[in-house]
Amino acid sequence: MKTSDLVYREIFERKSQLATAFLSVLLGVAVVVAVRTVLFYSEKAVARELDALGANILILPKSSNLQDYYSADLQEETFPEDYVARLLKSDLKGLDNISPKVSAPITLRGRRFTLTGIYPKDEFKAKASWQSAGVFGRPEGCGVVVNVDDPNMKKFDRAVKRKVIETLEKTEALLGSEVALFLKTKAGEPLRLFDRDFKVVAVLPATGTIDDSRVFIHLHVAQELMNRKGVLNAIEIVGCCSSINAGLVGKINKLLPDAKVVTITQIVDTQIKTNRLMAGLSWLTLVVIVLLGGAGIANYTVANVTERTREIGTLMAMGAGRKVILRLFLLKALLIGLAGGVCGSILGSIVAMVFGPGIAGSGVLPMPGLCLLATALGIAVSLAASYLPAYRAARMDPSTALREL
Amino acid sequence: MIQLKSVRKEYRLGKNKVQALSNINLEIPDGDFVSVVGSSGCGKSTLLLAMGGMLTPTEGEVRVNGQSLYDLSAENRARVRREQFGFVFQTFNLIPYLTARENIEVPLFLEGVSEKEQKQRTEVLLERLDLSERMDHKPFEMSVGQQQRVALARMLANDPKTILADEPTANLDPETAETVMGFLKDLNREGRTVVLVTHSPEAAKLARRVVRLKEGRLASDGLTESN
Repeated sequence: MKTSDLVYREIFERKSQLATAFLSVLLGVAVVVAVRTVLFYSEKAVARELDALGANILILPKSSNLQDYYSADLQEETFPEDYVARLLKSDLKGLDNISPKVSAPITLRGRRFTLTGIYPKDEFKAKASWQSAGVFGRPEGCGVVVNVDDPNMKKFDRAVKRKVIETLEKTEALLGSEVALFLKTKAGEPLRLFDRDFKVVAVLPATGTIDDSRVFIHLHVAQELMNRKGVLNAIEIVGCCSSINAGLVGKINKLLPDAKVVTITQIVDTQIKTNRLMAGLSWLTLVVIVLLGGAGIANYTVANVTERTREIGTLMAMGAGRKVILRLFLLKALLIGLAGGVCGSILGSIVAMVFGPGIAGSGVLPMPGLCLLATALGIAVSLAASYLPAYRAARMDPSTALREL
Repeated sequence: MIQLKSVRKEYRLGKNKVQALSNINLEIPDGDFVSVVGSSGCGKSTLLLAMGGMLTPTEGEVRVNGQSLYDLSAENRARVRREQFGFVFQTFNLIPYLTARENIEVPLFLEGVSEKEQKQRTEVLLERLDLSERMDHKPFEMSVGQQQRVALARMLANDPKTILADEPTANLDPETAETVMGFLKDLNREGRTVVLVTHSPEAAKLARRVVRLKEGRLASDGLTESN
């Protein structure tokens, strides 16, 4: 006989009564795991959607404004390409993507469009909605500094974290949907720009923005054709919104005092509001487990102590001290918390995997780290909720407990 | 030696005060066999619990081997109960979800005895009380007499010097009651002190000494006829 034997025997003798307490923890943990898992994948899906809105920070020439940017009328104002190098070499955190651009008007078959030079990978990372073009992959998460693979950009190599292979060849072009429709041109067909031959490698899906009427070519080819070597019209940045909150814009301003740094407030606000909503929901689920699980466990332990009053008295008569009585009830609470936590984590993960994709809009996988945390939370709530009734049982007057009087 | 000096116990029942024990002075030397008798509600069980360190008196002192029991901390009082006393209850107070063997092992576990030794000592006790066949039975699977024998075996597990029995035969048939009383007598012969609270005049006569309580006061204290 040992403490655990006494606890096990009692648990298995009164299984039906225990079920309420076990279910309280199980449901609480399941709710936390399911909601947190779905929220995690929702956050990722929402982040992708928000990224699809494009850059949230723009670096423009000092005298330009947003209207110029959106109308792609930036041909007059420029700043040095060296700004990109300064950003890459800086220790600024939260720059998910940096996309330098140079733009100029171009007339194709009598209609005016915009010719834009880009560093290929960068541009595509910034536009998730272009993923279906199947040309480039897209990074996820904050602080992933983009890389470029171009002989003229070798000076950036030391600043980048890893090399990227995919590049837009200097004879390749990408067409916005509106341009492709007007020119009746498809991927693989030739295109002549400024008396130079290009090959259309992809037609981009419609975005409903100025990008639909752009023709994209390699930045350095565009600079050469526009006779604007070493200068840019804009740098688009996808900044991590928490970093923006933490003053990223001010830091860029300090780094590039001769440029205008603009935040696209609507995008950033949406990101911040979404993150706030997600965080709020997370807290709500925590409150649910503490209230639901805690109340269930506390109620069960109070009833269990009352039912076992005479048993407690008998144990005290046999010489059980307060610590032994306290240990009996707390060990039981720990076992309930552990069992409820493990089963709740499994149930929560299953629920999240079954119903999550419909809610989150993406595949949902179990999160072992979260399951461990939720189980620990279940145990902690179970112990905390049981402590007071267990303490009272341990402090009970032995003769009162015996009810022999 | 158990000594009670000017022990008074008062209960509060709502606004009313009930005097359970009043100015009790009593000495029980080692090896004595004392019956405590009196009408219902006269304070017999209160006296027994106060002697066993289970009930703090409102006033007065209870000494066990010269040590004031209620000056000890709750944990130390529990230790004295564990080492010194063996309680027997009218309703046996067996733990319902444990088998006979496990019930007997509980005081040994509380004492910190190894599981191997618990098993050995339990088997000896089960054999002594003719319960070997019932060792794996739970209380509800045993007769009332068998349950009381398990309770006696459990009480003996820690080899107590003093046995405090609260109406141990009240729920038993005459034959079983006689067996239990004979057993208590044997334990007294072994040198253990026995304090028996009883309503039964026959049971009381088996003791060496009878203490009579009346309305919480000590009405008489004398030797039985056989002594």
